[in-house]
Amino acid sequence: MVADAHGHTPPSPLLSVRAIEKSFPGVRALSGVSFDAAKGEVHALLGENGAGKSTLIKIVSGVFPPDRGEVLVEGKPVDLARPDDARRAGIATIYQELLLFPELTVAENIFMGHAPRAGFGQLDWRTMRQRTNALLASLEIHDLQADRVVGSLSVGNRQRVEILRALSQDARILIMDEPTAALTEYDVTRLFDIVRKLKARGVAVIYISHRLDEIFAISDRVTVLRDGAHVATKRVADTDAAELVQLMVGRRIENLFPKITVPIGQPVLEVKGLERRPLTKTVSLTVCAGEIVGLAGLVGSGRSELAQTIFGVMPADGGEIRIAGRKVDIRSPAHARSLGVAYVPEDRGTQGLVRPMTVRENFSLAALGKVAFGGFIDRGAERRLAGDGIMRFAVKTTSLEQIAGKLSGGNQQKIVLGKWLANRPKLLILDEPTRGIDVGAKAEIHRLMGELAAQGLAILMISSELPEVLGMSDRVLVMREGRIAAEFSRAEATQESIGAAMMGSHEDAEKAA
Amino acid sequence: MTAVTLANAEADPGRRLKALASQEALLAIAVIGLAIAVGLYNPRFLAMRNLSDVLLGNAYIGVAAIGMSMVIISGNIDISVGALIGVLATISGTLAVNGAPIVLAWLAALVAGILVMALQGAIIAYLRIPAIVVTLGMLSILKGGLISVTGGKWITDLPDSFHLADIELFGVLPVPVFLMVLATILAALWMRYSASGRAIYAVGGNPEAARLCGISQPRTIVMVFALHGFFAGAAALLYATQLRVIQSTVPPNLELTIITAAVVGGVSILGGVRTVNKTTLAAILIAEIASALVFIDVSPYWIRAVQGVLILVTVIADILRRRRMARA
Repeated sequence: MVADAHGHTPPSPLLSVRAIEKSFPGVRALSGVSFDAAKGEVHALLGENGAGKSTLIKIVSGVFPPDRGEVLVEGKPVDLARPDDARRAGIATIYQELLLFPELTVAENIFMGHAPRAGFGQLDWRTMRQRTNALLASLEIHDLQADRVVGSLSVGNRQRVEILRALSQDARILIMDEPTAALTEYDVTRLFDIVRKLKARGVAVIYISHRLDEIFAISDRVTVLRDGAHVATKRVADTDAAELVQLMVGRRIENLFPKITVPIGQPVLEVKGLERRPLTKTVSLTVCAGEIVGLAGLVGSGRSELAQTIFGVMPADGGEIRIAGRKVDIRSPAHARSLGVAYVPEDRGTQGLVRPMTVRENFSLAALGKVAFGGFIDRGAERRLAGDGIMRFAVKTTSLEQIAGKLSGGNQQKIVLGKWLANRPKLLILDEPTRGIDVGAKAEIHRLMGELAAQGLAILMISSELPEVLGMSDRVLVMREGRIAAEFSRAEATQESIGAAMMGSHEDAEKAA
Repeated sequence: MTAVTLANAEADPGRRLKALASQEALLAIAVIGLAIAVGLYNPRFLAMRNLSDVLLGNAYIGVAAIGMSMVIISGNIDISVGALIGVLATISGTLAVNGAPIVLAWLAALVAGILVMALQGAIIAYLRIPAIVVTLGMLSILKGGLISVTGGKWITDLPDSFHLADIELFGVLPVPVFLMVLATILAALWMRYSASGRAIYAVGGNPEAARLCGISQPRTIVMVFALHGFFAGAAALLYATQLRVIQSTVPPNLELTIITAAVVGGVSILGGVRTVNKTTLAAILIAEIASALVFIDVSPYWIRAVQGVLILVTVIADILRRRRMARA
């Protein structure tokens, strides 16, 4: 039985994962991870991107086998060679991307692959509908009908269909991978209701989330993973957010963001009443030389759209932009670039990097004017440019001629960043600069941001990670529904104040404060 | 992955050159190996006369395949090029027969090629309509238009000076081969060293990233198609001037042969990847296979099947390579 000094061993572990090891070419994804979950327990898995959570749940769901270690259900080892084996062992997984057939009905989706049959291989539609209604009733879901087409449902309702599908297969162990990532607040509340009902029925829920408040709200125990290793298993009642964060990142949060205080200079970017309907509504903001301004907000609040409007991807309909005091009318990215604006987009894969091109070619792409003369590229100058970038950003690559798509996420992000800095911009707009990269690369990018600000660059940073916003920003702006909803100085900004402004309860928060 | 040192980075271009050379060597070996194998079966295949006929008669495919490579690298495709070559040959021939200055007749093919292709590029880029749809429409228009306007009549009595393909530079080097080699070298250098060439790779490899880097995707695509039109015009001249008559029909399946040459030559059909220069070797290989079929007493109609196999094998190899890369 696996238990550590803090978590007491529950009476009957329904699922028990023992000493799992898994390596992929070049990466040790999991090194001896163990945890267990009892009947009626919600067990949270916590860890940064790349900590091994996804690999672990894929092993338990039978997507791929572990190199070493075993999975036990009710004390008996089970062989999970294929997803079907996991299903038969009573394990069901709900992934972030829901695996539903949008053209089919709720009932058809629930019973896809195990539909009740009448004689001669015909589907027994009546039983199917009855059982669907029984499932709906058992979870007290009243706004979902068995014959609705799934494509017409909200994300929250689709997720409920997936949960029902798991229950229809008599799943006793339910794995949920970041189930609230795309949900509205109301749907999150409903999801928690359902999870509590499942708990009461004796289902063991493995709950994966980045959101600490959810973990405290819903789970009984939490297991923290870091770099593929098991760090700790704690009863939620015995721990707090600060401790979990420390366990997760392996150091204290202050040390994580090496904020350098630098003198703030003249305004580089001044935006007044900027309009680009429907997502940017009369936005005004200022970013000065040497300043890092954090832009927080929920997904869909219009942060990326604001950045793209400033950068000329979607030119503004109204309002005013000044760069270094001069009024400008930015109509295209090329124009923005020539004015000294750089934009590192959110989605490296589709917007930042040309994967089939080499590291050298990617580095020079935004600065071709600097290495090309009379329309032809000076190879020597280009190699020097890329070589400098590699040194400066500590990009781990075998050579300048390495294909960029083969590098790790963190190194790809450094190239995207370096590509833009090759142009010596005055204003750098970063959209989620550290999403999906490992802790080490993250710290390095934060260090670079600090250095760049110290050199007088003005930085506007969009981030959904509040610790990053709090740790890096001199000033924090919060966007909500296309407008700047609140502004905080570094001293005023807290998780709570920013969170409240993001959600729209910020007036209440101010009253409370 | 080891950390880079500059010594390491400097040493690398040599390695890359080797890798490149080996791909080219593979095609060259295929060309020579096939010649020897067929020659052993039927020595007449190796007659100087036959080999030079193969080269001369197919140089226009090599020239057209250069433009096609660029189009494919930019992430597009063009299936109208065969029909366009037929139309351009007819325009040029008609002008020559009706007493226009020969140079004007030649220029007309180039200019018309550029205009038609640039128009298609503009429709594709600015109206955001898939290239396959636009060029399929153009294929139909050109094919149908050509037959309707000419009534299927052949153009004969072409003036002697019209026959560009007959000219031999310095008395030995035939113009078609010269043009094919020159165009290949210039295009390869341009793609490799010019900022515009780099823009084509970037647009094909990741249009969104290219756009954010300030590279105009529509302008790049129009440029690529205009260039492709220029090469199609040059190809049409070689095609029109190598025989005494111009048949007012479109050479059957010409576009497929040109696309095969581009793809077998190492251009990834998925866009964004690598080199124009091997395309020419691939064009020679395909022409050689077609000729070889005759000499080993196989119906030349099999060439279409052979082309199909070549395309499938190359595309499958390319996709497998990409999957391997994605996994690494």
